Amino acid sequence: MKTVTVVGASLAGLNSVQQLRQQGFDGRIVVVGEEAHRPYDRPPLSKALLAGRADVDDLWLCDEEDQDELGAEWLLGVRAEQLDAAAGRVRLSDGAEIDTDGVVIATGGRAHRLPGIEDMRGLHTVRTIEDAIALRTELTGGAGEVVVVGAGWIGAEIASTCHELGLRVTLIEAGDVPLSRTLGDAMGSVFAALHTDHGVTLRCRTRVSAITNARDGDRRRVTGVWLDDGTQLPADVVVMGIGMRPATEWLAGSGVAVDDGVVCDPGCVTELPSVVAVGDVARYRAAPGGTARHEHWTNAAEQPTTAIRNLLAGTTVQHYRPSGYVWSDQYGVRLQVAGELDRPDEVEVIDGSPSDRRFVTAYRRNGDTVGVLAMNNPKLFTRMRKQLANRIPAS
Amino acid sequence: MISACAVTDLPPGESVRIQADVPIAVFNADGNLYAIDDTCSHQDASLSDGWLEGCFVECPLHAALFDLRTGMPSCLPAKKPVRTHMVLVHDGHIYVDTNAHERVPQPAAEPATASAGEAVA
Repeated sequence: MKTVTVVGASLAGLNSVQQLRQQGFDGRIVVVGEEAHRPYDRPPLSKALLAGRADVDDLWLCDEEDQDELGAEWLLGVRAEQLDAAAGRVRLSDGAEIDTDGVVIATGGRAHRLPGIEDMRGLHTVRTIEDAIALRTELTGGAGEVVVVGAGWIGAEIASTCHELGLRVTLIEAGDVPLSRTLGDAMGSVFAALHTDHGVTLRCRTRVSAITNARDGDRRRVTGVWLDDGTQLPADVVVMGIGMRPATEWLAGSGVAVDDGVVCDPGCVTELPSVVAVGDVARYRAAPGGTARHEHWTNAAEQPTTAIRNLLAGTTVQHYRPSGYVWSDQYGVRLQVAGELDRPDEVEVIDGSPSDRRFVTAYRRNGDTVGVLAMNNPKLFTRMRKQLANRIPAS
Repeated sequence: MISACAVTDLPPGESVRIQADVPIAVFNADGNLYAIDDTCSHQDASLSDGWLEGCFVECPLHAALFDLRTGMPSCLPAKKPVRTHMVLVHDGHIYVDTNAHERVPQPAAEPATASAGEAVA
């Protein structure tokens, strides 16, 4: 293998380059990044950067010197438009073509928007630096009422940041409680209380049916939202935190299978041993019998270790084992999750109390602790996370 | 010089956070005592809540590793070192010298040891 092209220059792409060098690859590495920026950290986009507690220069994942040391060619502000895997060629939006032996797909995804709703002023998603700066400009520029659609991790963090900035916030959630799919209803209720105790209005079991708007110069501007229960809420700003869609359009006709992500084996290898996928875009086969795709920082940081090993070996020699570690900061409390929180048969608070905003909850299956959720207790959480890492079976 | 705790209150594998002009974390790594700035140089997290392994501490938030002897990070996402501080043991009590702030990074120094402290006591 002489040339490896890493498509995507965010955390998973950068870590893939680091892993290539760390695992002894001394050939040519080309990195293609659609965004003009060098690799940056996205979690602060909904927190410190949005709140104004950090600026863009705090976000770079490595300094220029460390980046240079990796000895890669960085093609930034240019998009990969086509992969011809059989010929070993990646075609770019500027017309250039890269002949390559290996490909690492790290294209992440785009923020999902409500279907059928046109782009207009005051309507936001948060995925990039530009997104966060544009939203911050509006939030600090005289907006009063904010509606956040979706009370998942990102929606909750944005609601918390808007509250920190002194805005009136309404949070819209389709489920019974926030995060019920991830944490279950009991723990989801704890997060519902976190919002409402801070004066944020939480409306569950409802969806947005329309965005009301008015003419504003040559464009239109948000004036509010209609909910499917008939409620009309005024809004100066509407932020959609309703998930992302993997960026896989460029793989059409490539021979790489796509199904809500790049389809790969348990070692993040596609049907072609010279093409691997990492980060938000990778849908890998996971036990038992299903597939998994993770949209989290830690996954993007950890997955390249396995994927690059398999790419360099030319075959799958290692299966990926996710740590399932996720963190979030909301309303000044720190939340941490690790392991598997789905399908528990027992959920028990084992330390502290949710009402004190300091607790640890164990998620168990057949008596075994398989997952842990903590609020403001990083010490016990870390101890349990380490135990889980050693216990989760490789199957 | 700031008083941290009694030697007996910091057994091997444990850590304590003390308040100086900035918070400082004191560790007992297999009998050797170390003190570093408590706040991770990457993002806001308390290293005294971290995972101690040998003479390294892993940040509880993003798993950045810091060498307790030098304060240097040994992996991303941390890029900058944390300051180290001298630890002294007297009469069974642990003290931290916070005047050594400016020496960053510092060469690996001979650590104070918990057992030496007990010998003094």
